[in-house]
Amino acid sequence: MDLYEYQGRALFSKHGLPVLDGGVATTPDEARAIAERLGERVVIKAQVKVGGRGKAGGVKLAEGADEATSHATNILGMDIKGHTVHKVMVTTTADIAEEYYFSYLLDRANRTFLCIASVAGGMEIETVAHDAPEKVAKVAIDAIKGVDEATARQIVQQAQFPAEVADQVVAIAVQLWQAFIAEDATLVEVNPLAKTTDGTVLCLDAKVTLDENAGFRHPDHEEFEDPDAADPLERAAKAKNLNYVKLDGNVGIIGNGAGLVMSTLDVVAYAGEALGSRPANFLDIGGGASAQVMANGLEIVLGDPDVKSVFVNVFGGITACDAVANGIVQALQLLKDRGEPVTKPLVVRLDGNNAEEGRRILDDAANPLIERVDTMDGAARRAAELAASGV
Amino acid sequence: MAVWLTESSKVIVQGMTGAEGSKHTRRMLAAGTNVVGGVNPRKAGQQVDFDGTKLPVFATVAEAMEQTGADTSVIFVPPAGTGSAAIEAIDAQITLAVIITEGVPVHDSARLWAHAQATGNKTRIIGPNCPGIASPGKSNAGIIPADITGPGKIGLVSKSGTLTYQMMYELRDIGFSTAIGIGGDPVIGTTHIDALAAFEGDPETAAIVMIGEIGGDAEERAAEFIKSRVRKPVVGYIAGFTAPPGKTMGHAGAIISGSAGTAEAKKVALEAAGVRVGKTPTETANLMRDLVKAL
Repeated sequence: MDLYEYQGRALFSKHGLPVLDGGVATTPDEARAIAERLGERVVIKAQVKVGGRGKAGGVKLAEGADEATSHATNILGMDIKGHTVHKVMVTTTADIAEEYYFSYLLDRANRTFLCIASVAGGMEIETVAHDAPEKVAKVAIDAIKGVDEATARQIVQQAQFPAEVADQVVAIAVQLWQAFIAEDATLVEVNPLAKTTDGTVLCLDAKVTLDENAGFRHPDHEEFEDPDAADPLERAAKAKNLNYVKLDGNVGIIGNGAGLVMSTLDVVAYAGEALGSRPANFLDIGGGASAQVMANGLEIVLGDPDVKSVFVNVFGGITACDAVANGIVQALQLLKDRGEPVTKPLVVRLDGNNAEEGRRILDDAANPLIERVDTMDGAARRAAELAASGV
Repeated sequence: MAVWLTESSKVIVQGMTGAEGSKHTRRMLAAGTNVVGGVNPRKAGQQVDFDGTKLPVFATVAEAMEQTGADTSVIFVPPAGTGSAAIEAIDAQITLAVIITEGVPVHDSARLWAHAQATGNKTRIIGPNCPGIASPGKSNAGIIPADITGPGKIGLVSKSGTLTYQMMYELRDIGFSTAIGIGGDPVIGTTHIDALAAFEGDPETAAIVMIGEIGGDAEERAAEFIKSRVRKPVVGYIAGFTAPPGKTMGHAGAIISGSAGTAEAKKVALEAAGVRVGKTPTETANLMRDLVKAL
């Protein structure tokens, strides 16, 4: 889960890292109240989970509460690369003398954590790494030993931080590591880590990604979830514990297992290339597909008005295909009883555990909406055709 | 001979008394796996009856190994306890630990991996978030259905469970030496490269299917390895060409970050290493069938 800057800043602050005073506002009036509390000069920053805010006009300096209010009015509701600004962060300002970069992140390839630090901050670290690789220090962190003062000092030395800020950066490096561990983060990035003209080192930005698998250790992380930003269907699916991702096509996809569902999207995309059909979503119903889960899945997938046909692709490993077939038949009945009868065609492919029995159940149901196809590629083709000729 | 798991493997189950653990212990036994016991400190000393096979429950992995000679552990312990269960197995120096559990925090996976390295790498770790390993006709450690196909000469390594089953089904006419589900998490023990190296050295394996998906660069690194070290024929399949960047597609590790981890990049890397990559699972299976015929 990627956090907004204001959420990351709050986490940093909680772990004792030096950040600027400020607050978050959803209306110009709230922004004014924060600006009045902070005093003369403030920065208004659009809260969106995408880079390039400054260039888009989403970061403004304001002299006094009136100007802060007017900037907040302009920025709130702004569209930045397809992201609507719902919140602005208002903070005090810092007179920046130097900008550095500091981050900890998960290093998948080496199955450990990595520290990246540079005295050339304030711009994309990828750009620095490309143009001046000698200015970027990458230090592997032992997942058990972590970052103590000695390790932090090595990092600071390797990145060649100036001597006058070394002690401050060492302290920040240790605290940032503690925040990284305590919050089960997969990324904490400070860019810029700034030295002000009076020599103080401050975290002027906070980019944080949290591991959703560790949610059970962090009930407080729930507050970072952002239901407003999610697609309404993704939100509804999440409420029903379904693993759903909205896409932009017209063939609804339901399958079991993340890999098989990803593969199903691809196979539908190939089959639909010439027909203009594309997958409309990713939906993994996991193992054991009860009628209820299938009904919930169908409801979400068909809740997308662009969906013209649905492809149910199941390989029964542990899941028995007869249970899946019963699930489909009962789900259609359940939705009908609820007054939301399904009207879009369903192409179903069942293989694996009890597939023959499952197919028989579908054939016996003789529901004109259900079309059974024996192979995955054939079924994808059929679903793409139905979507292309769809109502 | 198969890879890592054979008819002589003695298997224990950590979390055998839980719902998932007991369900799959029963299935493993039915598949002919030599399951010799389970581990649960709160139920140590008890016996669990699996359709007539009575299995003892031990307090620790070390005790289970001492009493039964077990060399393989399958871990079904829920996410909060998975890390410490795996570390217990590593400390007992069991040969193979298969972590089935989905939803393990990545910090825990990184720590258990670091612990394995720091203690001399005595245990081969498969997973977490994987379907396990199956050597058809010999032994089955995990949740891969045993009745899809029989023994044969194909080795399979895959990040995905259901795509493993699909591919085993597609190629059921040829059969498999060993199928290894390495899991879809960002940090896993055994990698594609480890499995490729093992298959390359296994006399029972004549050809290899490698299944990957979006996220990370494991497939690209596997392609480099194939180019320099694998002489046996390899066919590949990659899932996730239509996945949008920045969205997690079911598996915690299946995410395109910026322009990194795309299916296209993986396919290009594999093809550059001489691997034939199928557009669909069925096409991939047909590529393998042609290869095997030509052997």
